[in-house]
Amino acid sequence: MKNLNLAAIASLLVLAVSPIMYSLNANAADKETVNSVATLRDATPIDVQKEPNIIPKVINKDIKQGRNYPMQPPVIPHTTRSYEVNKNNNKCMSCHSRHRTEKSQAPMVSVTHYMDRDGNFLAEVSPRRYFCNQCHVTQLDAEPLVENTFVDMHTLMKQKTTSAKEH
Amino acid sequence: MTINRREFIKANAIAAAAAVAGVSVPAVASNLITSSDITKLKWDKAACRFCGTGCSVNVGVMDGKVVATHGDIKSPVNKGLSCVKGYFLSKIMYGKDRLTTPLLRMTNGKYDKEGEFTPISWDQAFNVMAEKANDALKKDGPEALGMFGSGQWTVQEGYAAVKLMKAGFRTNNIDPNARHCMASAVGGFMRTFGIDEPMGCYDDLEAADAFVLWGSNMAEMHPILWTRLTDRRLSAPHVKVAVLSTFEHRSFDLADNGMIFTPQTDLAILNYIANYIIQTGRVNKDFVSKHTNFRLGETDIGYGLRPEHPLEQKAKNNGKTKGSSTPIDFDEYAKFVSTYTVESVSKLSGVPEHKLKELAEMYADPKIKVTSFWTMGFNQHTRGVWANNLVYNIHLLTGKISTPGNSPFSLTGQPSACGTAREVGTFSHRLPADMVVKNPKHRAIAEKIWDLPEGTIPAKPGYHAVLQNRMLKDGKLNFYWVQCNNNMQAAANINEEAYPGYRNPKNFIVVSDPYPTVTAQAADLILPTAMWVEKEGMYGNAERRTQSWYQMVEAPEGAKSDMWQVVEFSKRFKVEDVWPEELIAKKPEVRGKTLFDVLYKDASVGKFPLSEIPEDRLNDESRDFGFYIQKGLFEEYASFGRGHAHDLAPYDRYHQERGLRWPVVDGKETKWRFKEGSDPYVKPGSDWDFYGHKDGRARIFALPYEPAAESPDEEYDLWLSTGRVLEHWHSGSMTQRVPELYKAMPDALVYMHPDDAKKRNMRRGDLVKLISRRGEVQTRVETRGRNKPPIGLVYMPWFDASRLVNKVTLDATDPLSKETDYKKCAIKIVKV
Repeated sequence: MKNLNLAAIASLLVLAVSPIMYSLNANAADKETVNSVATLRDATPIDVQKEPNIIPKVINKDIKQGRNYPMQPPVIPHTTRSYEVNKNNNKCMSCHSRHRTEKSQAPMVSVTHYMDRDGNFLAEVSPRRYFCNQCHVTQLDAEPLVENTFVDMHTLMKQKTTSAKEH
Repeated sequence: MTINRREFIKANAIAAAAAVAGVSVPAVASNLITSSDITKLKWDKAACRFCGTGCSVNVGVMDGKVVATHGDIKSPVNKGLSCVKGYFLSKIMYGKDRLTTPLLRMTNGKYDKEGEFTPISWDQAFNVMAEKANDALKKDGPEALGMFGSGQWTVQEGYAAVKLMKAGFRTNNIDPNARHCMASAVGGFMRTFGIDEPMGCYDDLEAADAFVLWGSNMAEMHPILWTRLTDRRLSAPHVKVAVLSTFEHRSFDLADNGMIFTPQTDLAILNYIANYIIQTGRVNKDFVSKHTNFRLGETDIGYGLRPEHPLEQKAKNNGKTKGSSTPIDFDEYAKFVSTYTVESVSKLSGVPEHKLKELAEMYADPKIKVTSFWTMGFNQHTRGVWANNLVYNIHLLTGKISTPGNSPFSLTGQPSACGTAREVGTFSHRLPADMVVKNPKHRAIAEKIWDLPEGTIPAKPGYHAVLQNRMLKDGKLNFYWVQCNNNMQAAANINEEAYPGYRNPKNFIVVSDPYPTVTAQAADLILPTAMWVEKEGMYGNAERRTQSWYQMVEAPEGAKSDMWQVVEFSKRFKVEDVWPEELIAKKPEVRGKTLFDVLYKDASVGKFPLSEIPEDRLNDESRDFGFYIQKGLFEEYASFGRGHAHDLAPYDRYHQERGLRWPVVDGKETKWRFKEGSDPYVKPGSDWDFYGHKDGRARIFALPYEPAAESPDEEYDLWLSTGRVLEHWHSGSMTQRVPELYKAMPDALVYMHPDDAKKRNMRRGDLVKLISRRGEVQTRVETRGRNKPPIGLVYMPWFDASRLVNKVTLDATDPLSKETDYKKCAIKIVKV
């Protein structure tokens, strides 16, 4: 609670000193959240330094995150610190390759990863998919600065099936 | 609903047990929807919004929303792959803080430079813009007007803007942010070959035996090209990869020969390789004698700082002669590079002798096909044009050029740095198709195509990017429009050279952006902007591939595309408002017309009817203006290059193809330029023909190593390099709003060698200040992770809007290309 109050006071101070805050005029009050300026900087003036927060920790709970759409590469739900992925080693494959998943109970890499550039299946994961971290990323325990209003196709379909039933 | 793994298993166990017992349990889990009219997605192709690789992506739309994106299987560039940014394209348009109304700084209902941002209508916005532009024009003439555009503008947006500025307002003060990323590459091409852009193409990736990365972290910055390079390296074991950088990064994971060199000494390494090739007798004499000649370049050319800066006072040749050169012969060239011995260069660069030799041998061995890649390490360099010239020297001495796998390959940073900034010519000195404003013949060609009187286009090159900020500060540039970039975060030396100009009371600053960026925060008027597939457009990638896409979804209500803004604004000016009487007298029929009439509607831009747009396609701009404007802009622009080695296909064909590499002659694209058999412009019987120069020969330049503008000293004891990261595009204005990308890389940290941290009594995570002679920025220390700088150098990316590293950087530029060196300045780091 104490922290909250401090934060509130701090934001009031910023409001008072910043010459470039969004105007709260009556006819546009509903647009306030949409049009507040410099959202990624918490509206900190350009010549002022926002105090950097601490480095967040990597989320390491091993709980799968949902995907936004079927083709989205899943995010990595564990830390990968000191995982070597170089021309000699690929540590990720020691759990996620086809012949290791029975032991590791980790998800097997997608079948698409066995295809070469021309769509032919290879006996092993294609070298074009070798560097896992080009698509798969860990997630840090950080609260996004801005909400994203992306709508999942599943939500849209459900809306349509519900409205179809109602009619 | 959140459910942990145990609960999930438990719930399913109950359901399974119930099923066995023949009892039906109400279904909590979702049913599978199978009805095709509900599950159907409308798929369409688009060029990726991000880097210069130019992947094609498939975009899935449902109910007017983008709901999915993935790599386009049919695209030869990426064959079904995307990088992590590309996979999350679906979410970049849906940040909650999308701008939907123009915002003007106002006090008591009136514009006030010190006022608060207040919503106004588009009509009011254009009124105040026109008023401010007219004021500036009347007071100081066209040179008081300027525009800062983008290598992320579509081809049509860039072309519409060039035409408005250069022909409409008659000022050359238009430059793209590509000045920060590609200008040195352009300078290198023009100087060595007399024509811009790579001769090779991405097919080189599957043909080369060796790759050399010069100041390019492809693993993060061109991820899909990196997948192709990795594919080649790992599937053909004879292939070798050399990586050179001033710090160790992810591309070193694949390196057979990784080299860390002292900043700026790449120039010496390049000359050493040339010397090695000569000393070991491996010059391709036949090629060199038939297709090249040698030049000695001017030296001591300064650092592109303000004229009063001590470094400029000291430089001997920073005036008009700085780009000049004189002919020499092979022996003189050989003598010039002979001082770059392995011993001296190893000492200077810090790279062990055996590694330098291994690298040089790869180039020298006639049996090895070598592709060199470079990006910002070469281009953002106070001798960037030289670095480009010097790498071409190596490929020319050995004849390893323009054949599959033999390729000196300049990679572009932005998705249309080639297509828009370079090919359209949105630079302050350029016109379309490599033409320049200085050349009276080139101006005449442009005036003829634009059907405008002789003398419309001013001859004097305008203010380039860095000069624009300086002129804003000095009060010489007073009406300034920024589109499709975030220069208050991207420009070097923000404190001294960017922020003061935007806030100078003499100036009126307009910023168009989908989101409230740092630059928008510094503006006087913000225009809400439609983005990516909310409009129809075209991009041109690093291998000369031009790609188009249709508008797929509506922009949020109130947001308008950059092109619509430019063209709509042109309606506010009558020709007699902006042109002098003597010019109008040469073409009296333009009197009374608006710039919109003269530049767009009544020009060839306006000749394609709406009926040519497929009926099921959105196209908000065309339907608003009353003609197929994207096609009109493209076709008029394309007429500059057709028949002049820059041929583009008819517009409609691009909607059918996954892009085509220019020149497109007789319907066929060109993979390798300058080589007989693959480039239709090569003179028959010449084998190679570098037709950009009148003599058909490429230039080999004798240019020395010269030191950096600022190097560490006792007080400012560290090199600072800045750059990008895989997860964010440039300043992060799109990708920081995608939660998954934000959480993958939320903050810009300073990467330090553990010994450097220890020496300063710092540990990972400590709050520190990076301080230069110009400013400071706070962040936290990272001593592990993907970047491993050597002792004496730190790296901090610039994507973070709340940690503006460009408050610290130096605005020194290459005096030839005017591109800033973001990779070298001197700083100190202290604990906060």
